[in-house]
Amino acid sequence: MSQKKTEMWVGVFVIGAMLSLAILAFNVAGLSLKGEGRSYTLYASFSNVGGLKVRSPVKLGGVVVGRVEAISLDKESYTPVVRLAMFENNGYYPETSSLAILTSGLLGEQYIGLQPGFVDEDISMLKEGDRFEDTKSAIVLEDLIGQFIYSLNKGE
Amino acid sequence: MKNPCHLEIKNMCFSRGDRLLFDNLSFEFERGKITAILGPSGIGKTTLLKLIGGQLSVDSGEIIFNQTPLHNCSTAELYQARKKMGMLFQSGALFNDLSVFENVAFPLREHNHLDESLLKILVFMKLEAVGLRGARDLAPQQLSGGMARRVALARAIALDPELIMYDEPFSGQDPISMNVLLKLIEQLNKNLGLTSIIVTHDVDEVLSIADNVYVLAEKSIIAQGTVEEVLADTENELLQQFLHGRSEGPVPFHFKTEDFQSDLQKVSR
Amino acid sequence: MSAFVSAVGRVSLSFVRTTGKSCLMLFHTVAGAPHPKLFSLFIKQIFQLGILSLPIILTSGLFIGMVLSLQGYNVLVDYAAEESLGSMVALSLLRELGPVVTALLFAGRAGSALTAEIGLMQSTEQLASMEMMAVSPLKRVIAPRFLAGIITLPLLTLIFNVVAIWGGYLIGVSWMGVDGGAYWSVMQGSVEYMPDVMNGVIKSVVFGVMITWVALYNGYHVIPNAQGISQSTTQTVVVSSLLVLAMDFILTVFMFGM
Repeated sequence: MSQKKTEMWVGVFVIGAMLSLAILAFNVAGLSLKGEGRSYTLYASFSNVGGLKVRSPVKLGGVVVGRVEAISLDKESYTPVVRLAMFENNGYYPETSSLAILTSGLLGEQYIGLQPGFVDEDISMLKEGDRFEDTKSAIVLEDLIGQFIYSLNKGE
Repeated sequence: MKNPCHLEIKNMCFSRGDRLLFDNLSFEFERGKITAILGPSGIGKTTLLKLIGGQLSVDSGEIIFNQTPLHNCSTAELYQARKKMGMLFQSGALFNDLSVFENVAFPLREHNHLDESLLKILVFMKLEAVGLRGARDLAPQQLSGGMARRVALARAIALDPELIMYDEPFSGQDPISMNVLLKLIEQLNKNLGLTSIIVTHDVDEVLSIADNVYVLAEKSIIAQGTVEEVLADTENELLQQFLHGRSEGPVPFHFKTEDFQSDLQKVSR
Repeated sequence: MSAFVSAVGRVSLSFVRTTGKSCLMLFHTVAGAPHPKLFSLFIKQIFQLGILSLPIILTSGLFIGMVLSLQGYNVLVDYAAEESLGSMVALSLLRELGPVVTALLFAGRAGSALTAEIGLMQSTEQLASMEMMAVSPLKRVIAPRFLAGIITLPLLTLIFNVVAIWGGYLIGVSWMGVDGGAYWSVMQGSVEYMPDVMNGVIKSVVFGVMITWVALYNGYHVIPNAQGISQSTTQTVVVSSLLVLAMDFILTVFMFGM
């Protein structure tokens, strides 16, 4: 086989493989060229973070507005502290907003749901380094069952 | 005035594994002459050529080519020396994926940056010298054994070497190709002023063209000198047995074992 | 008992020597000035190793993707989680099956071909004659094949992954009835570029180095007769397959285990 034909086939092969990489990156891994933009940091404490993981999304009404950057334990109060990266191009939230750890679907992953609070003249917006005051922890299955059994007993 | 001794081996010892092959051997190869190295099979004649070419290293001793020691030189120096040596392997060792033309052109392409037309002329000349210019587009698989060897010879002289080594060039050849090869080796030696070393056990053929002879047996040289001197040495029994191909002599016919009678008696019991 | 101990000692010593010899061979292949024709020889080898392996890679990719999807559906449907099929297929392939299966196929097809080719050249004294013409066989014959092997395996793995995921789509969506949109969107939600796609590529680079190295070593150090060549070829396939599986475990521990 002549040199030129060989080179052409090799070129086709390499281009095909690069295309595969692109398909894997964009269609399979969902990489987005726009990127998530700049973000600012907010903190939140929960009494139980459940199955929340780093890089879990923060959603407002289903739209992803931030990500969990780190989960750590506050050594003095023995409560988990979550560090969030909120996207700047989605704006800022009032300090009366609340966070809850929710599950998507029955076996789905856990995410943080953001519910914006009401805005008033005295109410300021949360900025870099601020903390969410109103948080609801993850639902632990055992507690739920316990509550259910308790309410059953109470009913009798 | 160039030293008449083109290649010299001094006090060389070499063993492969635990087997001692060469024990303190010395050789001198005269410039422009054909030197034959004879000996029984398995004695390590091919190994000797590999030692000269630097593919194996000697355990002790010296190998001096054109006043340059080869046994302990750097890789770069060895490669420079190899460009002046040509070697014809027993199987020809042509590259299967290249045509005859490309095989002969290989050393020229690797070491020189020649214009394509000049390269073609050189390759044609080399092929013409061995009589195979017409076969230049064939693949090695299409050649007979003798033709393959001639192409390999053309390739070995491609860089115009000073020294050329032949490893069992006559083995398995029909009378015509044998003679053709003999004539070629003799002509090339004369016309190109080469020093040739032929390693073989085809006694009569090689002695018809050789100038000097070394006969190896049992790890040492049992005879050396010009062809006439060696043939005249009738006292050396081992030499005479080898030269004349006698079945009995210092090299016994029977493989070492016990007496035939006692072996037969053991069977009938 | 003492025979066993001495056998263990012998095997260990020979293992250590082999490792040393192969490292030396690798060093002499890549160190120093490269051969001037390296690039064109390299391209030719990519053709030999890569393109000629494509038929088996494409076919295997398709079938593995389809089977994975089929089996995955059967398990997930019990948990009413069949929408996660895309995610399951993609993650299994990108992280494990893609690199490992492609590597094993490559070892069998390209690795054995390399060993046989080099072994044959060595037995017919072609490499020795090259050396006598003052051309280094390591630089001219071995080096292009080594570099080509390292590049080719990751490329083949990428193509394998794409074909397999598409095969999974064919079975899962067109046959088993999983929602097409869900197949891709749940997949995109759980597959991440750096940890999943790139780690798979890194694995295949490591596998490529090992398989090509073993194949070239066995060919170069073959016992020069017909039996020796077949022995070396078998050894290449066995040793490189085992190395791939062992390295896969080690790499998985580092990449996904923590």
